Parts: sequence; C-alpha cells; structure tokens
Amino acid sequence: MSKKQKKNLLRIIVASVLMVIFHFLLVEQVPRVLRFLLYMIPYLVVGYDILWKAGKGIKNRQPFDESLLMAIATLGAIGVALARSGDYTEAIAVMLFYQVGEWFQSYAVGRSRKNITELMDICPDYANLEGEDGSIEEVDPEEVEIGSVLVVKPGEKIPIDGVVVEGTSTLDTAALTGESVPRTVKVGDEVISGCINQKGLLKIKTSKEFGESTVSKVLELIEEASSRKSKSENFITKFARIYTPIVVYSALALAILYPLGNVLMGKEAQIGEGIYRAMTFLVISCPCALVVSIPLSFFAGIGCASHLGILVKGSNYMETLSEVRTVVFDKTGTLTQGVFEVTALHPDMLDQKELLHFAAHVERYSTHPIGESLKKAFGEEADGCQVEDVEEIAGYGVSAMVNQKKVYVGNAKLMEKIGAKWHDCHLTGTVIHVAVEGEYAGHIVISDRNKKHAGAAISALKQQGITKTVMLTGDVEEVAKQVANDLGIDLCYSDLLPQDKVSKVEELLVAKEGQGQKLAFVGDGINDAPVLSRADVGVAMGAMGSDAAIEAADLVLMDDDPLKLATAIRISKTCLSIVHQNIYFAIGVKVLCLLLGALGFANMWLAVFADVGVMVLAVLNAIRCMFVKEVKVED
Amino acid sequence: MKKTYKIEVDCANCAAKMEEAAKNTEGVKDASVNFMMLKMKVEFEEGADVEATMEKVLVNCKKVESDCQIFYA
Repeated sequence: MSKKQKKNLLRIIVASVLMVIFHFLLVEQVPRVLRFLLYMIPYLVVGYDILWKAGKGIKNRQPFDESLLMAIATLGAIGVALARSGDYTEAIAVMLFYQVGEWFQSYAVGRSRKNITELMDICPDYANLEGEDGSIEEVDPEEVEIGSVLVVKPGEKIPIDGVVVEGTSTLDTAALTGESVPRTVKVGDEVISGCINQKGLLKIKTSKEFGESTVSKVLELIEEASSRKSKSENFITKFARIYTPIVVYSALALAILYPLGNVLMGKEAQIGEGIYRAMTFLVISCPCALVVSIPLSFFAGIGCASHLGILVKGSNYMETLSEVRTVVFDKTGTLTQGVFEVTALHPDMLDQKELLHFAAHVERYSTHPIGESLKKAFGEEADGCQVEDVEEIAGYGVSAMVNQKKVYVGNAKLMEKIGAKWHDCHLTGTVIHVAVEGEYAGHIVISDRNKKHAGAAISALKQQGITKTVMLTGDVEEVAKQVANDLGIDLCYSDLLPQDKVSKVEELLVAKEGQGQKLAFVGDGINDAPVLSRADVGVAMGAMGSDAAIEAADLVLMDDDPLKLATAIRISKTCLSIVHQNIYFAIGVKVLCLLLGALGFANMWLAVFADVGVMVLAVLNAIRCMFVKEVKVED
Repeated sequence: MKKTYKIEVDCANCAAKMEEAAKNTEGVKDASVNFMMLKMKVEFEEGADVEATMEKVLVNCKKVESDCQIFYA
C-alpha cells in the first residue's frame, strides 16, 4: 500500500465510524444547525479533496470531471436533506462509497501492476565486472562495454548477452521462454541475458551493450505493448467523451422537466424530488468501470502471455489474435526442426560408408545445410583424401575430383545431365544422387524432423477455433505433403520462392476479406519478414536474439514450440471475452440504473452500487486475464 | 525525438486526459500515456526545447488533472 492509499483508507474508516455514531446519536431532538454541522465533519473528512478538485476543474474549464459530478451530487443531496428530511447520511454515504471505489481501484491496479511486473522480472540489477588483475567489481549493466568479461555466480541472472569463456553450468531460461527444462552451456556457447545461472560459476565475454541485449529488447517491447491501443480501448475513450456530457445534460433536463411536467399535469411541482433524481443520475453516470477495467484486462493478458514466453507487441494484436481463424505456417524451422539429417543410404554398387564418403568429400567446401548434414553424417572429413576441382552447378549440385575420380553429387536433373542411370527412392525426403566416373553409385536420403509438438499444436489450434491451417514451403511437393499429412494440416503449397509466399498469403487474405476473420502467419523470422508484416498477425518463433524477427513480428514465441501459439490464442480469447463481458455488464447496469433513476425507482444507494459496485466487479473480472492456463500436451 | 517519462496518476480516465493535454501542447508532435506502466512517451517537434516543452506539458496536464505528476527533471 502506498502512503496515499494508507491515508485515504484512514479517512474512509474515520468518516464511516463518525457517520454511524452520528446516525444513532443525533436523533430528531438535536437542533437542526448542530446536526448539520456535526454531519459535515465526516462529509468533509472523506470528501474534501473531491470538492477541491471539483473547484479546480471549474477554474480550468474541465467541467465534466468526475470529481465535479460527485461534488454536485453530494452537495445536492445535502441541499435536499437540509430542506426536507434532515438525513445527511445519504450524501456522506455516496461520497464514502465513491472514495471506497477510488481506493479499491488504485489498490487493485497497483497490485496487479506489481504482480505483472514481477511476472516479467527479468531485468538484472548489476553485473560483476572482472578487472584485468582478476578483481571483481559490481557495476551497473548499462556501463559494461562490449568485450568485457563478466562473472555470473550461481543464482544470478546473466546481465548481458555474450559468449561463455570459462565454466559450465545449466541455465534457467523460464523467465524469457516459459520453458522449464534448463539449458546446459559450456565454453564457446552463446548465452542470452535474463537467464538464471543455476549451478556453476560462469565467465562471459559480452557481445552486446546492455541496451541491445535480449533483456532490454524484451522489456522495451512489453512496455511498448500496452501503449498500442486496441479497438475496444479506443471505443471506451470515445464513448466516455460523448457519454459524460450527455448524462450531465440529461440530469439537468430531468431536474427542470420533472417539476415542469408535474405543474403542467396540475400536480405539485416537487422541485426537490426532481433535483434528487437528477443527482442520482449523476452518481450513476461515472464511466470509470469501463475506463479502468479494459486497459487492465489487456495489460494482465499481455503480462500473463509474457510470463509463458509469448511476447505480444500490443493490445491491438491481442484483439486481432482472438479473431484469427486461419493460421499459415512456414515449414522449415517452424513445424520442422530445420536441421537436416541423413536418414537413409541406398548404394547401388559401393558399400554405404563408401557412398557417404564420396558425397561428403564433394561437399567439403559447401556451407549449404544439405552439405553440412552429409559432412556431419560422415564425420571423418580429414582422412587425407584428395579433393580437387570442386565445381558448383547451380540448380543441380556439385562435382569434384575425389582421389582422381570424377564424382557428381546432386539432384535427379544432374544425373540426367551427365547421363547416369538413376532411379528414384521409395522414401520421402530430399534425395541426393551420387555418380562416380559417370556411373550411378546410389543415393542418400536427407530429411528434416517434425518438431515434437508440431502435430499437437495443429490439433490444439483446431480446438481453439482455428478453421483452416495452411503450410507454405520452398521444399518439394512430396516432402511437403508428407509433413502436412503427418501433422494434419489442411492445405499445403510447395515449391514456393520467398516472394511466392507473400502472394499466397495475399490470396488467402483476399479470400477472407469481409468476413471479419483474421489470418496469422507463423515463421521462424529469418527470411519471412515480408510475409510476417503482410499477415494480420505475424508470429515469429524461436526468435531469441534475432532482432529482425522481433522487429517484423507482432507476436514472438520465445522458444521454438509451435504449441505456444495455441496458448497465445487461448489467452487472447479469454482476454477479449472478459473485455466484452465488462463492456456489456457495465453499460447494461448503468443504463438500467439510469432508467430506474429517472423514473424515481432508484435512490442514491442503488446509484452508488451502479458506480462503485460495477467498477469493483469489472476490475476483479479483468484481473482474471492474468491466470490463463497454458495449453499443454502429454509428452 | 522521442522520450519516455515516469508519471504519477490515479485513474485511467485521468491518464487519458493527460495524454490529450500533452498532445495539444506546443512543441509536442505526439504523446501517449501508458496508465498501466505509469509512463508517458513524448515525441517532440523538430528543434523543440525538451525541458521547456515538458514544463508546458506538466502545466497543461495539471489543468486537466490536478493530482498528476511527471518526472522529467
């Protein structure tokens, strides 16, 4: 509780105690003036700042300020009491409840602000800088230069991105990725800031400045997030702007027309009753339930998501995400691991080892993932064999002289070209053919593996109301079909170049147009930037440390798990449904109470409920956004 | 140029009013108030004196919401 909150709580308690005492003490026999003066004590205790603010509001020409509404309403009620019943408790109670509401709002918002920032508590407070003489100095992470050596003790956070130069340990990356399995690191591994060192002492050479480190980027993103306002939030701002004047003028009209109508109908004017109803109207009117609960819902939702390793770049994306019905995936690196592995060796005339031997040597200087995978599978690259005249034949493959033999390694087209009698493979995957001295030697099958949760992610998305899943890939048709079938994806387009992906997404967007349904694109963020920005919601995954992806995407899944998207959609849906509940509930209750107030069925007590009660309920409802459960599968 | 300031304000509606007031201040190109993070982001116009502009922003904000505070010094 802040100092101000404590003070206000004390005022509320003192005023309510006084009010109750006076209610029983000041019976009819007490002189009217004394009664009035005594009752003014609790009224002023609880309401002096409101009156003060109302006065300032008038001075600064801000007439439709809620303090002013409360001041008019309570002063009006006192006026009515002075003239008629002498019951001042109503005016005090209204002010009291209003203050209780304000206090609660400030407390609840403060608490959730604290809770949510704690969920995202990844910011390191200090760095242990190692001097040249081995001394250790505790410094502000901001002051650490690139290339400095930092010491990270067990239990400490890694303050800045860097490379391990000494020690081995396991890192808890949960704060950044939501992933609970710790990561093992050793010398030479890159580490990112925000992870907690669990076991051993690590020395890290920094590769970035603090401001460029993952932790700063992520924090910046989260802070920015709630500044990008959603449609619902903008609606509320606009709504409040026209709503308050309307209510004030209606109240005024009620105060004048009610007695006028009575006179016209030949009854007693009842000016007091007219004013009383107008006052009730004003108390009901305050739009604070809406104004506070909507941003709070989004904030809590974004906080909950980032706790689970999902960064949402703005409330507006939260909103769009909840309307997504089509999800388009990139294949490699998104649904599959993007790591190629040799899965089969089918030699025609050599033994398996020999086939791989030739292929790996021809690819000796290649950096292509396929070449890498061949070299990795062979594993004994430095065996003294001679490799000469390496020639890359773009679109076909590679040729080289290996131990004085001409070897060709490449696709079927290459075999056709050199006239080798090749044959196809019954397995799906990327088939690499090998020919030695113009004779077909056999083929090697290389394939990518599906991610562990890819299939589960697709079915979880269906459960979250996604009606169409699409996969785009630059890979060949058979491979694409196989992956799509394995995972249960509805549509798949293969053999696409990066620009084709953009046009495919555009086609899908056009098909959706006018249906109010949105499209999300999920990619690994490295070469998908144009598609990410074209889709309604661009989702980048495995983006830790990749600035380009964070820039281009609207949503970032911090670990590689596509299942997180289902969680993100669940959070967005819960969040939006809470927002809508609050909008309908708050406006509904207000309108109902306004009607009852105008017709004279509602007294100030009901009016206070309509104001404060609705606000409290709406805020409590909004906080539910913080507790959405992650979508999980059994491993 | 953009800068972010820490602010103090009690209610969401007041924060919205502060945003409006800051936007309409001379020298300010755009402003946004983030009630949940209690931060105000101000984009200044080309060549505007930051310190002097923020003083004006605070005066304008105080007009609409007397209880608010902006920590710009």
